[in-house]
Amino acid sequence: MSNVALHKRLLVRAIMTRISFSGVRSRALAVVAAAGLLPLVSGCSSAVLNPSGDVAAQQRDLIIIATVLMLLIIIPVMVLTVLFARKYRHQNEDADYDPDWDHSTQLELLIWSAPLLIIICLGAVTWTSTHRLDPYRPVERLQPGRQIAKDVKPLDVQVVSLDWKWLFIYPEYGIATVNEVAAPVDRPITFHLTSSNVMNAFYVPALAGMIYTMPSMETKLNAVINKPGNYEGFSSNFSGDGFSHMDFRFHGLSEAGFKQWIGKAKQSGRALDTATYLKLEKPSEDVPVIRYSQVAPGLYDKVMNHCVAPGSRCMRDIMRADAATAAGKSEGEPSMPMHMEGAGHAGTRAQAEPEARVMRLHGAGLTPPGRDAPQQMSADAARSQRDPATL
Amino acid sequence: MAHAPIPPTSPIFGRLTLDALPFHEPILVATFIGVVCGASVVLGLITYFKWWGLLWRDWFTSIDHKKIGIMYMVLGLIMFLRGFADALMMRAQQAMAFGDNAGYLPPEHYNQIFTAHGVIMIFFVAMPLVTGLMNYVVPLQIGARDVSFPFLNNFSFWMTTAGAVITMISLFIGEYARTGWLAFPPLSDINASPGVGVDYYIWGLQIAGLGTLLSGVNLIATILRMRAPGMTMMKMPVFTWTALCTNVLIVAAFPVLTVVLALLSLDRYVGTQFFTNTLGGNPMMYVNMIWIWGHPEVYILILPAFGVFSEVVSTFSGKRLFGYSSMVYATIVITILAYLVWLHHFFTMGSGASVNSFFGITTMIISIPTGAKIFNWLFTMYRGRIRFELPMMWTMAFMLTFVIGGMTGVLLAVPPADFVLHNSLFLVAHFHNVIIGGVLFGMFAGINYWWPKAFGFKLDQKWGKRSFWLWVAGFYFAFMPLYVLGLMGVTRRLQHFNDPSLQIWFEIAAFGALLIAGGIACMAMQFAVSIRDRKKNVDLTGDPWHGRTLEWSTSSPPPAYNFAFTPVIHDNDAWWDMKRRGYERPTTGFEAIHMPKNTAAGIILAGISVAFGFAMIWHIWWLAAVSFAGLIAVGIGHTFNYDRDYHIPAEEVVATEDARTQALAVQG
Amino acid sequence: MSTTTPNAFYDGDRPLFHLPEEPHHPEGHSTMLGFWLYLMSDCLLFAALFAMYATASHSYGGGPGQHQLFELPLVALNTTMLLLSSITYGFAMLFMEQGKKGATLAWLAITGLFGASFIGIELYEFSHLIHEGATPQSSAFLSSFFALVGTHGLHVTVGLIWLVTLMVQVSKKGLIQANKRRLMCLSMFWHFLDVVWIGVFTFVYLMGVAQ
Repeated sequence: MSNVALHKRLLVRAIMTRISFSGVRSRALAVVAAAGLLPLVSGCSSAVLNPSGDVAAQQRDLIIIATVLMLLIIIPVMVLTVLFARKYRHQNEDADYDPDWDHSTQLELLIWSAPLLIIICLGAVTWTSTHRLDPYRPVERLQPGRQIAKDVKPLDVQVVSLDWKWLFIYPEYGIATVNEVAAPVDRPITFHLTSSNVMNAFYVPALAGMIYTMPSMETKLNAVINKPGNYEGFSSNFSGDGFSHMDFRFHGLSEAGFKQWIGKAKQSGRALDTATYLKLEKPSEDVPVIRYSQVAPGLYDKVMNHCVAPGSRCMRDIMRADAATAAGKSEGEPSMPMHMEGAGHAGTRAQAEPEARVMRLHGAGLTPPGRDAPQQMSADAARSQRDPATL
Repeated sequence: MAHAPIPPTSPIFGRLTLDALPFHEPILVATFIGVVCGASVVLGLITYFKWWGLLWRDWFTSIDHKKIGIMYMVLGLIMFLRGFADALMMRAQQAMAFGDNAGYLPPEHYNQIFTAHGVIMIFFVAMPLVTGLMNYVVPLQIGARDVSFPFLNNFSFWMTTAGAVITMISLFIGEYARTGWLAFPPLSDINASPGVGVDYYIWGLQIAGLGTLLSGVNLIATILRMRAPGMTMMKMPVFTWTALCTNVLIVAAFPVLTVVLALLSLDRYVGTQFFTNTLGGNPMMYVNMIWIWGHPEVYILILPAFGVFSEVVSTFSGKRLFGYSSMVYATIVITILAYLVWLHHFFTMGSGASVNSFFGITTMIISIPTGAKIFNWLFTMYRGRIRFELPMMWTMAFMLTFVIGGMTGVLLAVPPADFVLHNSLFLVAHFHNVIIGGVLFGMFAGINYWWPKAFGFKLDQKWGKRSFWLWVAGFYFAFMPLYVLGLMGVTRRLQHFNDPSLQIWFEIAAFGALLIAGGIACMAMQFAVSIRDRKKNVDLTGDPWHGRTLEWSTSSPPPAYNFAFTPVIHDNDAWWDMKRRGYERPTTGFEAIHMPKNTAAGIILAGISVAFGFAMIWHIWWLAAVSFAGLIAVGIGHTFNYDRDYHIPAEEVVATEDARTQALAVQG
Repeated sequence: MSTTTPNAFYDGDRPLFHLPEEPHHPEGHSTMLGFWLYLMSDCLLFAALFAMYATASHSYGGGPGQHQLFELPLVALNTTMLLLSSITYGFAMLFMEQGKKGATLAWLAITGLFGASFIGIELYEFSHLIHEGATPQSSAFLSSFFALVGTHGLHVTVGLIWLVTLMVQVSKKGLIQANKRRLMCLSMFWHFLDVVWIGVFTFVYLMGVAQ
């Protein structure tokens, strides 16, 4: 019995040293592996491992950190598997054979705690990085060590995924484009995204991670591009027959280049009015770049609220009426937070405005993002509603 | 969407017209001719050898868990050929469709193929293989003579088959869904997908899902109620434990799938507003609910594979399983956590950072018990005498491959990393890594391990090894390039690419798929050669691997009643313990054994279900009404049959057992 | 790994590998457990429908809400019918235990009548709603309302068909063991539907109107 115990202790010690040893080694290995993989991949077109935007760069770093952390345990396991398989093959009569050995408290502690420790580290990294890189959170720096100038306002871009092309609206400049989007280098961008019909995902690998575009909902993505260039963007969520060609170009431009790019749209003389939009909305594939010098006021908002077509009632108004109905009041009275509101705690998205809270009746993760923040669209909406031409 | 206007439905044929037959698709016409030829040969042979009666009496209507288990495996392997053919077509398309070359599959066809591939591989390959193995092995491992509800077992099998039949019909009549394997609305709603494809998807899964759910209930009751005396919960073999947890997951997850598909069909058929874009509908609810089923489904598949590996490692190391109780607790922890991670499938749909972190971290926590399991297998090998027979080879391949898949899985659980890798080929590589490297390798280990039990002879080593190496090499060639492509930001489900520099990776992946095709061919050869040489590879002992659990204590193949006397269990390696303590097989004192009777009700009900599903898909309302009424009538009629069991006479038991005594004596 | 083993498995010091008396699983001995497991899965089915209703319960699509649509007195009557049917089923089971076939059948018939009136009232309510224009197509709220209440109604309908079948079987074969077991299963099913209905009544009707 004591012999067995001794064996166990020896084994534990041997494994401990092996693990710590291979820990060092695996870190080196990981670096080598990452270094080996990087040029291999970036030699082709790896926007993910060799991005040009700060958000994507941080996401890349996270992939590498997490991989290295996990290799700390994966590599020893793989090595031990091979070692044990070799050593204890039945041809090897010299190896110990202990058919009844099936328990060791120390080893059990080790095999539960080693992964646990890794996961604790990784969990901490996950928690902080998920909050730091939340796509809804405005970017806080341009690049490591480069702050955003105080007077810089983020560039607002409204994105609508249509079957099967992308519409980009620049409310600040009153222009719109199809299948081409641009932003000045080192100016934070805030994308507001929605979809006309089915779900898509907006993804420019060089710039930042993807975010879904969903009908009647709004998602947001904050990012910044650090290097000028012509980058690929596409839909990364299958959306039907034209999906494969649902790509666009994202241009990172100098301040002057961006002005020029805006100017090109301004000079196009094409207006994106309601009728044009309704035509554009129809399914089409492989659509070339189109530029519009004018956009119907509040168009994005109406797309999200399904009321571009004349005479259709906006989702927002329907939901406002619903909130009143739920509170047992007739339409028009100020609505109160409803009893389901508690379920929406996890959605930290909406600000504390009472009206915003009214809509948050969906549980964790269930919140259609566009619905929880009617406040933020109401300014535009109010403007558009005052304008009878848009109704 | 770009679709032809829906033709008016006829009262007799619904929306089924001659246009539904794909005469204009040369690939399908050729496939159809091939299938017809193959089917005629098979049916002709059955007729020629007069096997119909035998098949009907001994197999189709059988309520013997062993035969049902084998039929599940056959179903899984046949459907695997279909699913793999889809995979080959996709690999070929993606390897050639670059730049000006549009490939040979137009999007509307390609999109059906990847949808069908996913659905078939999960529901009609992995599920039948897992269920089949559990069906075959669990009653034997717990010393039972059958499952708790033998008729239900037969019914479950045929309902699964009915689902598979409906899915296969879509190949030649109409079309399959073009939505991806989970058919998210709004893409799958009636406006975006007006055709019959999504309806095939819904009815195929609903009918098969019912079978799966009932089989889950059945196996839980079996494990809880039918264990041999002395087998406490903590003396159950680990495979039985994983089977228990898997079936708990099935019972707790499949109702959600039933509901979510039913609500989708209401949206499509009746025009309700569950997942629509307007009038309050909420597609996110579908996404949430289907993943509340979908994530546990992953563990439904992998847990039994873990069980197989536990049995195999311990048997072929000639050693007790290291850390039995921590293995059991790890399985239970995984079962519970399986319900707390579903949101990690859509971090990118705009949920908040705290929600995403929560689900990311719960996902990572699952890797702790999984890691513990890997270590347990590792230390089972430590100081063992490892025999590298085929099951053990598959297990080694699993241990080395699965950890990579586990690592990439945890990587995808980090939300910001998922933002760049979600829906990419990295994700595709990850889940194939765990499903092929985990589930499928586990099933292959299980097939090689329990084949001699089921048929009384071992599988051929030579062809088995060829198949093994081709499979393992093929897997790495097919999926490592996808990891690389994913890291380049290449998204999945693309039918055409613009960047020519990617092509080489797809070509390597296609080469890998060809290697796997070779592995499959060798596996078919392995079965054929083994059956041909069955006399040479025969095993009369019933215990060819020096097994440890009860199934090895009876003959191979086991008699209908499994055990002439119900064994008593003293140890969790019950049979190992019996052998060690000088167990002697009783040769006298046999009595009549009470067994359930065969019934045709299962196959009849499933047949009517196919008709019902088909009628619903094509809006043939009269047939739907008639077949639905038929289902109820047959179901009620079956309950009027009180004469459901019989006794195997003592003489028959004596004859069977004497034959075994003699066989064992010859063996020495 | 020596653990405490019941002495019945030993003959002195010698372990027994077979019992002298073959252990007997009486027919249907796991039916109750199996049926209970099925009910748990059914429970989850309702849970999913409840969850759907909870998320959609205020998505009226601009149409009417609970206040305008629900008539509590009618639903209270309906609830009474179902509760009474549960009680009468209980009486049937009491007489079944005493082996009184006639009384059992009589109480089952009464249960069936209550169940049928429950379904009748529910159908009346549905047709009334649809007549007012509050159809399952009108809004997510109404879709999920009809789905939840309708699924419960379907279950009760299945229960009624089963009840009639069992009455025929009991009258033909008497209160044999198999029939008793089936009556027990239906009893569990029936009471389960009662419990679900209490959830529906509270969550959908009472909480919908009383806020």
